[in-house]
Amino acid sequence: MSDTPDPVVERNTRETVAQFDTRSRSALDRIQHFLHQYPTMVPVIVLVLSVIVFGLVSPNFLSAFNLSLILQQVAVVGTLAAAQSLVILTAGIDLSVGAVMVLISVVMGHLAVNMGIPAPIAILIGLACGAATGALNGFLVTRLKLPPFITTLGTWNIFLALNYYLSGRETIRSQTIDAEAPLLKFFGTRFEIGGAVLTYGVVLMLLVFAVLYYALYKTAWGRRVYAVGDDPEAAALAGIQTRRVLMSVYVVAGVICALAAWSSIGRVGSVSPTSFFEANLESITAVVIGGISLFGGRGSILGPLIGALIVGVFNSGLRLAGVDVLWQLFATGWLIILAVAIDQWIRKVSS
Amino acid sequence: MTEPILSARNLVKRYGRVTAMDGADFDLYPGEILAVIGDNGAGKSSLIKALSGAIQPDEGEIRLAGQPVSFASPLDARKAGIETVYQTLALSPALSIADNMFMGRELRRKDVLGRWFGMLDTPAMHAFAREKLSELGLMTIQNIGQPVETLSGGQRQGVAVARAAAFGSRVIILDEPTAALGVKESRRVLDLIQDVRSRGIPIVLISHNMPHVFEVADRIHIHRLGKRLCVINPREHSMSDAVAYMTGARIPEGIAA
Repeated sequence: MSDTPDPVVERNTRETVAQFDTRSRSALDRIQHFLHQYPTMVPVIVLVLSVIVFGLVSPNFLSAFNLSLILQQVAVVGTLAAAQSLVILTAGIDLSVGAVMVLISVVMGHLAVNMGIPAPIAILIGLACGAATGALNGFLVTRLKLPPFITTLGTWNIFLALNYYLSGRETIRSQTIDAEAPLLKFFGTRFEIGGAVLTYGVVLMLLVFAVLYYALYKTAWGRRVYAVGDDPEAAALAGIQTRRVLMSVYVVAGVICALAAWSSIGRVGSVSPTSFFEANLESITAVVIGGISLFGGRGSILGPLIGALIVGVFNSGLRLAGVDVLWQLFATGWLIILAVAIDQWIRKVSS
Repeated sequence: MTEPILSARNLVKRYGRVTAMDGADFDLYPGEILAVIGDNGAGKSSLIKALSGAIQPDEGEIRLAGQPVSFASPLDARKAGIETVYQTLALSPALSIADNMFMGRELRRKDVLGRWFGMLDTPAMHAFAREKLSELGLMTIQNIGQPVETLSGGQRQGVAVARAAAFGSRVIILDEPTAALGVKESRRVLDLIQDVRSRGIPIVLISHNMPHVFEVADRIHIHRLGKRLCVINPREHSMSDAVAYMTGARIPEGIAA
């Protein structure tokens, strides 16, 4: 079993090519196969190109300060996109991530500030509540067999209502948090590396992606998540307990949403029950632009990180170029459509 | 005769008004290849699914090595040593060959990383997968890490059969293993079936292909109208006999009409 090709392998390979591939491969075919193998290359190319173009248009764009500012701006939605990716990898979708995040930030704020519970305990309870919201979604999807889209559309509204109930629609102000529970704003802490100003929130986002990368590629759990997303029937016949895997995915997603909630308090500075109203759709946008297939089982977990960065780069670049903000929405819209179109095209390789 | 390794008595399975199995019996003896044949809709699939844990019969009893067993899921059957290659293959197309072979029973590293962080032993799994595929002469596959969807139909079948052969300890069930294959690849799978049998693992082979059945089977179980009609010896009966029994054109000797 050496790696040198033995003659039998060589011969059979050539036969297969002769059998199935009568037309010569065009450049387009080769691109298609390349992207099929490395689906994250599309967002990487888009990111690099957009950085180059915006850098040429406005020289300020490429400053370390501006680039680090983009990282700060995407930190919360990026973390949320990590949770969203997990669910989308199982061919589901989670419309409740934004509502969970705001609800948990309100829970943490309410416990630590209004009720005077020590901040570390308030944060732990918040993380546990995040797991509980995920468990509710997971229960509805795996036990009652409800479609994830409808389930999370329902829980989105429920969590939003709980959030308004708990907060009384009132914002906990920044000064109050500083006085009562500064730990809540931990992820807003800034530090400087050679002109770049980062926050711990950025570090958290990168850490979440790093841990998920490890979990998805280096552990059995990760391989099962992909298998369940790719073909749940085949996974079940091959001996995977698909319901258990799905349940774990929703719970982990809930915990990541709670981490994003903690991070969001640092980012905004206050606990506002009406903030991040579009975080749901922004997280889905990052995942889709990042090349994760909405049909499940395909795409790299690092894609959504790049997807979030692309949106951030477009935001910043267009603003620095003095373009109206509406064109940023316009561009994001086309990016989403382009990403899905490319995904469909890549999928045709196998058929 | 010796005791059957896997047997079933009086299995019944109803789907609404349709009775898929109507008192079906089954016996598999150690070291043999038993072919199961029957017309479409005769209930072969239900029988096989019951034996592999994919469905639970409404009535009847399944015994493995004399002990009554009841499989709530394919996982249960697999734990008991019964491996099944489904007609759909149960492969995950976007995952690699190695990932597919170890789906649901991945190997972890034996060190701290494996025990505490669940890190997979990818080199060991790749080596094992490559070894098993080579044993079966199916290493036309260059890269063990390539996705299954980039393989031909025959290669996919090879991966699924190799997976069963690698892990099946007591019984291997093959559902139409040659149906989607060309002549050359069918040949390989038939050789493989005999190779697996020679290692002492009994095989249940479901097939529509009479030449293949008559070539490799030691005994042929003929299923008709939801139950076992008879078991014949392929050396004492012709293919046209078998087809006649299967379709009801003729009643085998010793069976009351």
